Amino acid sequence: MPETILKANQLGISFGGLKAVRNFDIDIKEGELVGLIGPNGAGKTTVFNLLTGVYKPTEGTFYLGKQLMNGKKTHEIVASGIARTFQNIRLFKKMTVMENVLIAFTKDMHYGLPGAILRSAAFWKEEEEIRAKALDLLSVFNLQGKADWGAGNLPYGQQRKLEIARALATNAKMLLLDEPAAGMNPTETAELLECINTIRRKFNISILLIEHDMSLVMNICERIVVIDYGEIIAQGLPEEISHNPKVIAAYLGE
Amino acid sequence: MLNKKDRVRSLWVTLLGLGVLMLAIFAADSLGMIDNYIRGIFIQCCFAIVMATSLNLVMGYLGQIALGQAGFMAVGAYTSALVTKAIGLAIKAGTMAPLPLLVQFIIGMLCGAIAAALFGLIVGIPALRLRGDYLAIITLGFGEIIRVVIQNLPFAGGKGLSNGQAGQALIGILKMNDIYILFVITAMCVGIMLAFVRSKFGRAIIAIREDDIASSSTGLNTTFYKVLTFTVSAFFAGIAGAIYAHRGLGTLQHSDFTFLKSTEYVIMVVVGGMGSMTGSVLTAILLSVIPEVLRAFSQYRMLIYSVILVLMMIFRPIGLFGNYEFSLYQLLMKRIRKKKPEPEQTASKGDS
Repeated sequence: MPETILKANQLGISFGGLKAVRNFDIDIKEGELVGLIGPNGAGKTTVFNLLTGVYKPTEGTFYLGKQLMNGKKTHEIVASGIARTFQNIRLFKKMTVMENVLIAFTKDMHYGLPGAILRSAAFWKEEEEIRAKALDLLSVFNLQGKADWGAGNLPYGQQRKLEIARALATNAKMLLLDEPAAGMNPTETAELLECINTIRRKFNISILLIEHDMSLVMNICERIVVIDYGEIIAQGLPEEISHNPKVIAAYLGE
Repeated sequence: MLNKKDRVRSLWVTLLGLGVLMLAIFAADSLGMIDNYIRGIFIQCCFAIVMATSLNLVMGYLGQIALGQAGFMAVGAYTSALVTKAIGLAIKAGTMAPLPLLVQFIIGMLCGAIAAALFGLIVGIPALRLRGDYLAIITLGFGEIIRVVIQNLPFAGGKGLSNGQAGQALIGILKMNDIYILFVITAMCVGIMLAFVRSKFGRAIIAIREDDIASSSTGLNTTFYKVLTFTVSAFFAGIAGAIYAHRGLGTLQHSDFTFLKSTEYVIMVVVGGMGSMTGSVLTAILLSVIPEVLRAFSQYRMLIYSVILVLMMIFRPIGLFGNYEFSLYQLLMKRIRKKKPEPEQTASKGDS
């Protein structure tokens, strides 16, 4: 029995009178890939924002491993091991591809202000270490040749990949991907699929994935959670979900 | 991105270049070309450079508009002046062993810088919760508050809050107008700020400028880095203030640190290029020298500045230098490599 990585109990948030998400339960095991789907406005991204500390949950709790995450700030949650990407890509566009990845290592670097100013031995050692690590990571995504490019100049598909690389560089145990295939053509989607598979093999990481591209979701997710109006309406194996009347109703209307 | 070997070499080349520059100043000095007037302009350049580069940390790299930099300069100026005055008096009274003037000045300068950094911290913690226009307004307010408080402090030359006319000058300040010392101090300040920018700290604050939400989702404690940058910036504004206070006139007035003063440095940063230390340094020199050359038009100075700023915003919003950094080393390397051309590098910004 693999260990539980992410567990949410009755997680919920209200904005004034509006309950954007309620009674959200999820249990993701080590190495599992779970899909989170639902119609537009169902609250998928709100769930991500709750799990990454952008919003503070008004109800319920969630745990990473055995650690309670409620009320922690985003950067603290990232330090504990949850990383994410964004629906609309958020790269540091004017920085190089390499620097984008280097930023993710910052939280684990130890040299202080005096070290930086006096260029201490620790400074050089750490700076060179993270460069090597970043190059390794970029080569997984076939981006090593473009390490010196401005991140904003990359083609769209590669920007997506770079964002995933940056999230992985935080050394996360749990990766949240928010519509990674949005705006991609079929070739790019196929490439992304392969990329996600490589990540799972290489990094032994659990993934929670929001996606609208059903072929992608049905293809790679081991389990799917469907939400509508902020509530879970179904969860199970991909085949079960695709035949679930409630899900069909939510997507197509009754 | 250069490797360690190149960077260390680059540092030596830069130091060599600065040494040559200093020799040139020495040569000019010994030929009698530097009179008190030129000396005055030189000192003006020194504190303008430190002010502009320190403000560039906040405006260019962190991307936050701060309009109260003169306030921190005032804190540095008054603190350092009061400290050097106290030391001077103690030495005269015999309660303290006599110290060389330089040591007195350095002690005063560091006290001023630390005091300014402290104020930066106090102002930064609440102010940096705001962004954009709101941050600009609150820093402007803080800058003025600092100035008005100083205006009324009895020990800073004022007559106290309830005691009639306020805002006399603080007089009898130590004179420290040795251009070589100021040259070294200025170079060190710029060097330290460059080192700061080219470390994980600089990388982090540029990332925060680029995307606040993405930075915290990548594990950066954005509040920490913002407040840190603000504090470092105030620290160097304090040093600039100390240079200003000891520039050789022996007096200090609260009216030297008005909002207009802050604006002047904002203009230097914007015109030079937000995110370019080279730009800040050169524009600081330019905008300190030009008003002297055009003395006849000096009352139109702010008018000219405004026009420059508007033209800049229309024709070159990134500033004269964008985020380009001049590097003597790279210039030399390019000259050497010209004989055997190498593949063009695609790095998006200069680095040394």
